[in-house]
Amino acid sequence: MPNFFYEVHFYLFGLLAIASSIAFVTRKSPVAAALWLVNTMFCLAALYVMLEAHFVGVIQVLVYAGAIMVVFLFVVMLLNLGQPSEFADVRGKWGRLAAGLLGLALLAQVMALAGRKLPEPFTPGGGYDPIAVRDLGAIGSIAQPLFNEYLLAFELTSILLLVAIVGAVVIGRRRRVDAR
Amino acid sequence: MLAESLALSAVLFTIGAIGVLTRRNAIVIFMCVELMLNAVNLTFVALSKVYGMAGQVFVVFVMTVAAAEAAVGLAIIIAIFRHKQTVNLENINLLKG
Repeated sequence: MPNFFYEVHFYLFGLLAIASSIAFVTRKSPVAAALWLVNTMFCLAALYVMLEAHFVGVIQVLVYAGAIMVVFLFVVMLLNLGQPSEFADVRGKWGRLAAGLLGLALLAQVMALAGRKLPEPFTPGGGYDPIAVRDLGAIGSIAQPLFNEYLLAFELTSILLLVAIVGAVVIGRRRRVDAR
Repeated sequence: MLAESLALSAVLFTIGAIGVLTRRNAIVIFMCVELMLNAVNLTFVALSKVYGMAGQVFVVFVMTVAAAEAAVGLAIIIAIFRHKQTVNLENINLLKG
């Protein structure tokens, strides 16, 4: 049940996530930006746990903060891009104007939608079920739909990963001139 | 906490979109796209409390796609860097008419 302690920490992690994402888009150095993004992802993982999605919170830390961001930092290191570039990284006046207008439009939509009632749940018996989670565990309650209703999508994901592996190796391979 | 989560997700998505539009470094733009994917994941998780566990299953799929996209995209960035010695998008204009 949401109580005072819960709400304080929810807002705390939410504000931390917003603050570190703003720091992320304003840093000049790619390494500093990546580390602020990692901080945002940790805050989001805490929010996932508070929203009763414990398994998603764990794989957020393991996969996003642990694997994907390490790949980003690895590329920054391989290409030696750690120092902020001498010419400005940020776009000129028109880019900033377009970005500001887009941001205002998106935020206006949020404000317009705030306070509207959400549609009623259309899945019968849907919603978070604490009894099922207690019986199946945090992982089992995700595995149940993943390996039954969404089995086809799960199998197709393996093809996607295979294609991604092959594509990354082929594109990233250094071609020698005499190999042609 | 559903409304707060959705508002936070919208704000994070907006920040990511602004980052994509204002930065020129290809790697930073890629990280902004990851931030937008994270914002959508937060929406899925928040709505899964109302509509059932399918939202969390979708989060798993989104993370898989994000990992594959990061691997391929960074390989492309490395290939571009080998050709042009830069990742600044202003200098990558071979397709410009």
